[in-house]
Amino acid sequence: MEYFLTDEQKMIVELSRKITNEFIIPDRARLDQEEIFPTEILKKIADADLYGLYIPEAYGGFGGGVMDFILAVEEFSRGCIGVSVSFAANALGIYPVLAFGTEEQKQKYLPAIAAGTSQAAFGLTEANAGSDAGGVQTTAELKGDHYILNGTKQWITNGGEADTYTIIAMTDKAKGARGASAFIVEKGTEGFTFGKKEDKLGIRASATRELVFQDCKIPKANLLGKEGQGFIVAMKNLDHSRPGIAAQGVGLAQGAMDAAVKYSRERVQFGKPISAFQANQHKIANMATEIEAARCLLYQTARTIDAGIKDFSQESAMCKLYATDVANKVANEALQIFGGYGYMREYPVEKMFRDAKILQIYEGTNEIQRNVIALDAIKKSAKQDR
Amino acid sequence: MSPKEIWIFAEQREGVLSNATLELLSEGQILANKAGYTLCAMLLSADDTNLLQPLYNYGAKKVYSAVDKKLAYYQNDYYSKVISDLINEYKPEIVLYGATSVGRSLAPTIAVMVYAGLTADCTELDFDTEQMLLLQTRPAFGGNIMATILCPNHRPQMSTVRPNVFKKKKLGEKEKGEKITVKVDLSKVKERMRLIEETIEEMDAVDLCEAEFIVSGGRGLGSPDNFFKIQELAKELGAAVGASRATVDAGWIAHFHQVGQTGKTVCPKVYIACGISGAIQHLAGMQSSDFIVAINKDAQAPIFDVADIGVVGDLHEIVPELTAQIRALKK
Amino acid sequence: MNIAVCIKQVPDSDKVTIDRETNRLNRTGVPSVINPFDENAIELGLQLKDKHGGKVTVITMGPPQAEQALRDCIAVGADEAYLITDRKFAGADTWATSYTLSLAVQKAGDFDVVLFGKQAIDGDTAQVGPGVAYFMDIPVITYVKEVEKTETGFKVKRVTEEGYQLWEVDGKAAFTVVKEANTMRLPSLKGKMRAKSATITTWGADDIGAEEEKIGLKGSPTIVRKVFSPPIKTNREIIENEDPKQSVKELLGKLKERKIL
Repeated sequence: MEYFLTDEQKMIVELSRKITNEFIIPDRARLDQEEIFPTEILKKIADADLYGLYIPEAYGGFGGGVMDFILAVEEFSRGCIGVSVSFAANALGIYPVLAFGTEEQKQKYLPAIAAGTSQAAFGLTEANAGSDAGGVQTTAELKGDHYILNGTKQWITNGGEADTYTIIAMTDKAKGARGASAFIVEKGTEGFTFGKKEDKLGIRASATRELVFQDCKIPKANLLGKEGQGFIVAMKNLDHSRPGIAAQGVGLAQGAMDAAVKYSRERVQFGKPISAFQANQHKIANMATEIEAARCLLYQTARTIDAGIKDFSQESAMCKLYATDVANKVANEALQIFGGYGYMREYPVEKMFRDAKILQIYEGTNEIQRNVIALDAIKKSAKQDR
Repeated sequence: MSPKEIWIFAEQREGVLSNATLELLSEGQILANKAGYTLCAMLLSADDTNLLQPLYNYGAKKVYSAVDKKLAYYQNDYYSKVISDLINEYKPEIVLYGATSVGRSLAPTIAVMVYAGLTADCTELDFDTEQMLLLQTRPAFGGNIMATILCPNHRPQMSTVRPNVFKKKKLGEKEKGEKITVKVDLSKVKERMRLIEETIEEMDAVDLCEAEFIVSGGRGLGSPDNFFKIQELAKELGAAVGASRATVDAGWIAHFHQVGQTGKTVCPKVYIACGISGAIQHLAGMQSSDFIVAINKDAQAPIFDVADIGVVGDLHEIVPELTAQIRALKK
Repeated sequence: MNIAVCIKQVPDSDKVTIDRETNRLNRTGVPSVINPFDENAIELGLQLKDKHGGKVTVITMGPPQAEQALRDCIAVGADEAYLITDRKFAGADTWATSYTLSLAVQKAGDFDVVLFGKQAIDGDTAQVGPGVAYFMDIPVITYVKEVEKTETGFKVKRVTEEGYQLWEVDGKAAFTVVKEANTMRLPSLKGKMRAKSATITTWGADDIGAEEEKIGLKGSPTIVRKVFSPPIKTNREIIENEDPKQSVKELLGKLKERKIL
C-alpha cells in the first residue's frame, strides 16, 4: 500500500529500519531476559537525529510533527516495544513543556531531549488513580518561592532513567478536577527518590518505577502552565501521545505477522509448507488486513493532528484502541501459527505475545478509550438533532 | 638470443623463505617448461647466505640477489625501487608474487612503476603456447565467477598467487643454479617510512593453513556449545578446526578459525564441512582442498556441488558417530 | 586535517548471478552498494576528522549512478564529494583507474592523507590504493588497522598474517584500511537531508587533464579473456540413510576406497 510519505519521512523510516535491524532485533531477547534498559540503542537513535523529531528547530529538533514521530516508533516497535516505549515515553514526558511551557522552560529542557542526551518521563498514575486520574493524591503546596511535593507515582515508564519529569499534583483539593497542576521536576532534586524497578510480564527492557516525593522542594518557576490546569495538561498530553501507542501496536503486529508468515513457508507438515493450508491462510489474511486498517487509521490521525485540527480526542482514542487490540490479536494468532515452537523462548513471538498486553492497558485502558469514543459519538448525534 | 625469463619474487622473513615462494617456484617449473622460458627467483635481503640453495632446490635456475641492510624486511619504497630497476634492466617476461600481505602491497606499486599488467589472487596459471601468453585465472564477484585475464602487450606480465593453491615440488637437495649479484643503491631514495615494532601473535592450535585435515562447523551446529562435537572429531583425526563466517559473526568461535573470503584460504588433503551450507564466500576459502566431505541435512545445500562425498543427514548424529567409529577403527 | 577517501560503488556480490548461456554477469536488479571495505576507510576518515578537525572529501571514479554512493558518504558525515565520470574511462583496469584517480585527488585538494578500503568486492584486487599512491608520489601502507597523527606524519598499526607491525610515516601518506579497523557509523537524519541536497562536483577526462592513452580500455595493460562459472565437480557421491550409523559406515568405506584414510 502507498502511504504517500514525503522524502524526509522516507528517510526517517529507512534510518529507523536500519537501527531496528542492526541493533534492536539482534539484542531484544537479551534485553528482555535480563531486563536491561536499552541505553546504547537509545544513543544510536539519538546519533541518528531521531530523538527530536517533534521538537521545533529553534530548540535543536527536526521540527516535524506527530506523523514523523510515529513512523520512527512504528519501525522500532517491529523490533521490540520495550525499546520503542523507552524512546516514545520521552515525547509523553516532554510534550507538556512544548505545549504549555514558557520560553524559558522550553529553552531549558527541550534541547537536551532533542539531542537525546537526556530522557523524560510523565508522572500521572498513582496506586489509587489509574483510569480514575481524578483520584490523584500527590500534593503540591506553595510555600514562598517553592512548591513542596508529597506523594507517590506508580508504574512510571523511564522512571529512574529520565532526568526530566512532568508531574501532575493537586494544588487545591477543594476544587476537584480543577485543582490539579503540572510541574517539571528534575532527577536529583532533594526529596525525589525512586522505588524499585518493577518485575513485569512484558516490555521488560523498559524501566518502570515508582516516583517518591517526600517534601520535595521545587522552584516556583517549575509550574507548567497555570495552577488548576493540571488535568487539561494531562488530557491534552495523552490525546497527543496516543498515536505513539497505536504505532507501537502497528509495529508489533507487523513484526509478529512477518515472523509467522516466514515460518509458515518454511515449516513442512503433511508434505507441504503449512502456509498451503487454508486455515493458516485465513489467519494470515485477517492479520494482514487488520494491520493495514490499523495503520491507515493511525496515519490519518497523525496527519489530522499535524494539520492543526483542534479536536482530535476521538480519532486519537480510536487509533489507539484499534491498533492495540489488533496487536494482541495478531500476536496471539502469530504464536498459534508457530505452534509448539512459538511457545519456546528461542523464538521471538512469545515475547511479542507477552509484550502486546500492556498496549491495551497503558496510556488509557482500552475501556476508557471506548468511553471517550462513545461519548463523542453520542455528543455528535445530539448536535445533529439541533 | 637467450630464452625469456619467468621471475618469482622470493619472499623471505628473517632468513626463512615463505611457503608461498616455494609453491610459486613449483608452479613456475610447470610454466617454464611449457613456455620454454627460464625459471628465476628475485631475492631481496640483508643476507642471502642460506636462501639461495632452497631456491635452486625448488627449480630456480638463476637467482637475482639484492643484498642490503635496508632490504632486511619489506619496506615498500625500497623494495619497489630495487625491483622496478631490476625489471627495467633485465626485462623478464613474467613476474609472480605470493598474494601475501607483502606481495599484495608490493606488486601493485611495481605494476604502476613499470606500466605492467597485474592480476591479483590467481587460483590458476597456465600458458597459451599459441599466443605465448600467460593465462591468469582468478575469482571475482566474491568467487561467484572466474575470470581469465591476459596481458597482451605490456611487459612483464605479473600476477599475485594465493598461498595454499599450488603444491610444493622439491627437485632435490643440491640443485645447481646461478647467482646474479644485484648492485643496490638506495642512497637517493628518501626514507619516508620505517618499521618501529613487530609483534607475532602466539597461535596454540593447529594452524589452519598448514593442516592436512580440517573439520569445519557451520550454522547447522545450532549453538556454540555444539562446536565440541567438531573438536572431538578433529582430535580423532589430528585435524584443525575451521568455521564458517556465520558462526564467527554470531560469536560462537574466534575469527582465527574462519575459512572463507574474509577469513583464511585453506588447502588441506581432507576438508570436512559440517552443517555448512556452502555460501560462495566460504567456498572461496576451501574449494581447492584435495578431498571435500560435506555433512548437511539439506540435500539442496550448495556445499554438495563441491563435495566429493556428501552425507545427507543430521550432523548431530553423524559427527559423533563418525568420531566413535574412527576411534574404534584405531584400536 | 584534510582527508580524502577514494570509494567504489559495487554490485552487492552476494546477489550477482551468472547467465549460464552467455557466461555473462547478471547485473540487472542487483542493488549497488558502497564497497563494504571502503566503509572502513570512510569511518577512519571521519574519526580522524572528529579528533583533529578538518574535512573529509570522498572521490569515486564510476558511471553516473555512482553518485548515490557519494551521497551515502555525505549522509554519514563526509563534507565534499567528487564524481569522476566519462565514457572514456570505460574498461579501465587497475592501472588506468589508479592513474585517473590520482589526477582527480590532486585536483580536488591538497590532502594530508588519502584512504582506501582494503579491496573492492567485485574485482578483489587491492591494487588501486598503492597505484594511486605511486602516481601521487606519497608513501603507502596497506592493511592498516589504526592511524595516529604525529608531529611529523603518522604512526600506523598494520595487520600481517602473523600479528601486526607498527610503522612511522613521514609527511603525507596513503593507507588501505582493513575490516577489523572499525564499523561505519549510521547515517543521521540531518546527514541524509544534507546528502539529498548536496552538490556533487562532476569531472570528466578533460577536467582532470587525463591523457587519453592512459585511461579506460586504452590505458589498461590487462584485459579479460573470458568469464565463466566455477566448475562443478564430477565423480561426486551422495550418502543418505535413515540410520546415521549406516551412513558413517558407508562414508568410512568410501574414504578407504579412495585411499583418503
